[in-house]
Amino acid sequence: MPTSISRRRTLKSAGQLSLNCFALGLPAVLTSQASAATPEAIRVASATRALGAEQIATHLLNRLGFGPRPNDIAAVSANPMGWIQSQLVPSSIALPETLIARLDEASFLRRHPLLLVQEFRGLQRAQAEAASNTVSTGVQSGAQTGAQASASMQAMVGASPPNQATPLGQNQIQNPQSNATPATPLGRFVNGVVRPAMESRLLRALESPRQLEEVMVDFWFNHFNVFQGKNILRVMTGHYEHYAIRPFAMGRFRDLLGATAHHPAMLYYLDNTLSVAPGTTGGAGGANRGLNENYARELMELHTLGVDGGYRQKDVTELARILTGWSIQPPNRFSNVEAQSAPGNTESMPGFWFNERVHDQGDKEWLGHRVHAQGQKEGEFALDALAKHPSTAKHLAFKLAQYFVHDQPSPALVAKLAQVFLDNDGAILPVLSSLFVHEAFWAKENIGAKFKTPYQYVLSAVRALGVTPANLQVLSGAMATQGMPLYGCPTPDGYRNTEAAWLNPDGMTKRINFATMLASGRMGINVPTETLISHLGPLVSEPTKILAREAAQDPALASALVLAGPSMMRR
Amino acid sequence: MNGKTKLINNPNESRRQFLADTAMRAGSLGMVAASGIWTSRAVAANLSSLDGRLVVIMLRGAVDGLSVVAPYGDPNYYASRSSIAIARPGELDGVMRLDSLFGLHPALAVLMPYWERGELGFVQASGSHDQTRSHFDAQDFMESGTPGRKSTQDGWMNRLATVVSGSQSDLALRLQAVNLGPVMPRIFVGAAPIASLAQGNAALAKGVLDREPVADAFAKLYAGEDRLSKTVREASATRREIMSSLASDDPKADQGALSLRGLAVDTGRLGQLMQRDARVRLAFVPVGGWDTHVNQGAGKGQLANRLLLLGEAIDALIKGLGQRFQETTVVVMSEFGRTVRQNGNNGTDHGHGNVMWAFGSGVQGGKVHGSWPGLEAAALHEGRDLAVTSDFRQVLSEILKRDFRLTDKQLNVVFPDFRLNKTSGLIA
Repeated sequence: MPTSISRRRTLKSAGQLSLNCFALGLPAVLTSQASAATPEAIRVASATRALGAEQIATHLLNRLGFGPRPNDIAAVSANPMGWIQSQLVPSSIALPETLIARLDEASFLRRHPLLLVQEFRGLQRAQAEAASNTVSTGVQSGAQTGAQASASMQAMVGASPPNQATPLGQNQIQNPQSNATPATPLGRFVNGVVRPAMESRLLRALESPRQLEEVMVDFWFNHFNVFQGKNILRVMTGHYEHYAIRPFAMGRFRDLLGATAHHPAMLYYLDNTLSVAPGTTGGAGGANRGLNENYARELMELHTLGVDGGYRQKDVTELARILTGWSIQPPNRFSNVEAQSAPGNTESMPGFWFNERVHDQGDKEWLGHRVHAQGQKEGEFALDALAKHPSTAKHLAFKLAQYFVHDQPSPALVAKLAQVFLDNDGAILPVLSSLFVHEAFWAKENIGAKFKTPYQYVLSAVRALGVTPANLQVLSGAMATQGMPLYGCPTPDGYRNTEAAWLNPDGMTKRINFATMLASGRMGINVPTETLISHLGPLVSEPTKILAREAAQDPALASALVLAGPSMMRR
Repeated sequence: MNGKTKLINNPNESRRQFLADTAMRAGSLGMVAASGIWTSRAVAANLSSLDGRLVVIMLRGAVDGLSVVAPYGDPNYYASRSSIAIARPGELDGVMRLDSLFGLHPALAVLMPYWERGELGFVQASGSHDQTRSHFDAQDFMESGTPGRKSTQDGWMNRLATVVSGSQSDLALRLQAVNLGPVMPRIFVGAAPIASLAQGNAALAKGVLDREPVADAFAKLYAGEDRLSKTVREASATRREIMSSLASDDPKADQGALSLRGLAVDTGRLGQLMQRDARVRLAFVPVGGWDTHVNQGAGKGQLANRLLLLGEAIDALIKGLGQRFQETTVVVMSEFGRTVRQNGNNGTDHGHGNVMWAFGSGVQGGKVHGSWPGLEAAALHEGRDLAVTSDFRQVLSEILKRDFRLTDKQLNVVFPDFRLNKTSGLIA
């Protein structure tokens, strides 16, 4: 069919960033050019005509970004199509000098991640020894107050338990000035790596004009989640984001999948480092016996095919066999000055090591393929097969549609996005392009239909003020208090982004608390309520405006009502 | 609620005052019909005492169960632990004798009266059959209630809350669940709403919604019938309930600085909340710091210091519960036990079987339950750890079946992969 071929060509070129695909479905109101009169384009045009220019802009800023900053609504409403197009090509947008100046990414990227791990483990051992010496000399007994004891219980060595990895939260919220330095060398070291990594994520999300890129980083990090609380991942999570997620967030899915599969953080998090061919020994400590199916299972269930994607337990076991040997470089295999490639290199991942010795040398029967023994290549083959599998396309299409459009996206939208994914060899950009001009994206009932996650809410409230606070730990603390600590989701499925997951009484209380604290001026941010209202345009409803003005004698309360108003809870 | 925290010695008077305030306030805000909570307190106070309550204390980091309930009668115990075994009963820093095989760690002396009254029992060699020695995975499994299955999204205590309140159509009587601490733990993740009780002084600190003008303004902002508005109104109502239940009758307690600090204050407060608000029927208390790889100590030392604080905290919880303790079971559990043999650093490494503790009037107390596999080499799990002879879900299911009167079908929702087909004897 000629039309479908030409459409496919156009979509492919969209993957190469020419973006001509928009000519197919351009909503009239989004562009000055005349649009092709396809039925879908007509429906989209009709839907967008019903919206004012400001509503179109806030919808885009809420969905392709983390909400409007000052002047964003005016800028986007002047040329919504141009804004979408530039968002799809992040490199076309310069990062502001003020943002670059605040980023401290060298702290966690400059050194090889395994050197960071080595130092972490050394300090862990030293701290454990110091703690035991303290106890044996009796310093802690008797005079120790309950509070000290409680603190030391929290801080006690070893694999720190999930959910209380970093006791960020209430206290820091209530004391925004608190910027305490950890007391131990281990704490100081971890803080020196973790804090700039978290700040990098937050600063970019708050201030980068490449908003869609930041949204995709959030999306893919959750899709390929790792948990910072799992021992050595404390010092690798920032590296993981910058090497495995960020460079490929708008690229090709196969590259993203490959980068996560080679990154030491993922291999450690899902225990592939412990998985060895039966009969061999090796891995960490040389004490491992047999397969660990953890990563193989999640690779299919969460990262690619989806739980109903058509695989069986046997396929999990066989994939685990295929992936035996995918591991982390042992300390004796790299030097203290180990150099690492730059982020974005699909050929080399710092710290990855294929351990031939523990690889299962037999043939495998996996997902209908006969996989002959050929070392690391078997795993690469499996990633290829998974990346282009129709179940993967459907699974990713559903997740993208759910993230960008509605908690229960329509099957038609999912099918469309899956087809675009397959037609473009898993390139992500054409899928996004097609999503943003889909009628479901513009349907009235879907606008403002998504309840923000705590991450999205906190970011959008700060963006609305237009001022980034000096102390970003208050923001990560607020996210933790609301149940969504940054890098703190212990399970591999990542945080959900549905209303069912996040709308509850306690969560709303905490949003109101946060908005009130933000509006109080205690964080050094003072924006007059009327200015804030003007920043947010249609995101302040008339009833909210009236109540805020009634409270004008208490400016902090007035601004809190705006920041925690109903339209700010949704996107 | 202004004026509500004034000192009134008679709790009934305090309650009447609160109800009067509430009715006035609720009327003025039009909140009664929407949340159903405000007018319900008097009804809630009369909830049937047959409805059980559960507090789960989770010791994150894997407590050494062989020091908590030490098998002093098993000769392999002393052979495996030359410097960290707890001494025999009657010896210096020795265990307190429970029976001819087991003794309780001396730092837990404060709990002996519960044992002697038959309100404290243990299940030795219990835990999860999953092989993992990862804290992370093991805690996750113990909280999801589905060992070995990582894709489970919700926690078993949330499923329990859903199951129990599912049969309760009257909002006024609906079960409330409370987490101690700011981060919602895995065990409470899910569809049912969970309240949280802040730790330390923050618990009684006024939140912004406790300030009249702020509460009024947000009540007007969220006055509609949409889901957001209803949720915000429920939030205000729940918050005030907690604050009113905790408003102290004791002037000394209000001054904070003079009172004890730490865990016991938090658990004592939780107990009081449960005593005063009959709907709070589930609570979770995470306590970290049990990963004693190095210099664990014996009758004295690192682990002993922590057990001392824990024992005091449990005692404070039960004292706070007051009469409500008759309707409450308190369970203490930990993700796995520790190695039978001490390591080269006078500590212990990650192991397998552990001991579960249970307090309550319905517990067959004064007895160490479960089947003791022994510590001889052939009996050890993978040649190094205490074996698991009682699944943690078995122990919990027995408690849930009795305290929450769950049917087999409901139990199957809480622990989907598990069938209760034997009993530990812990529950009468």
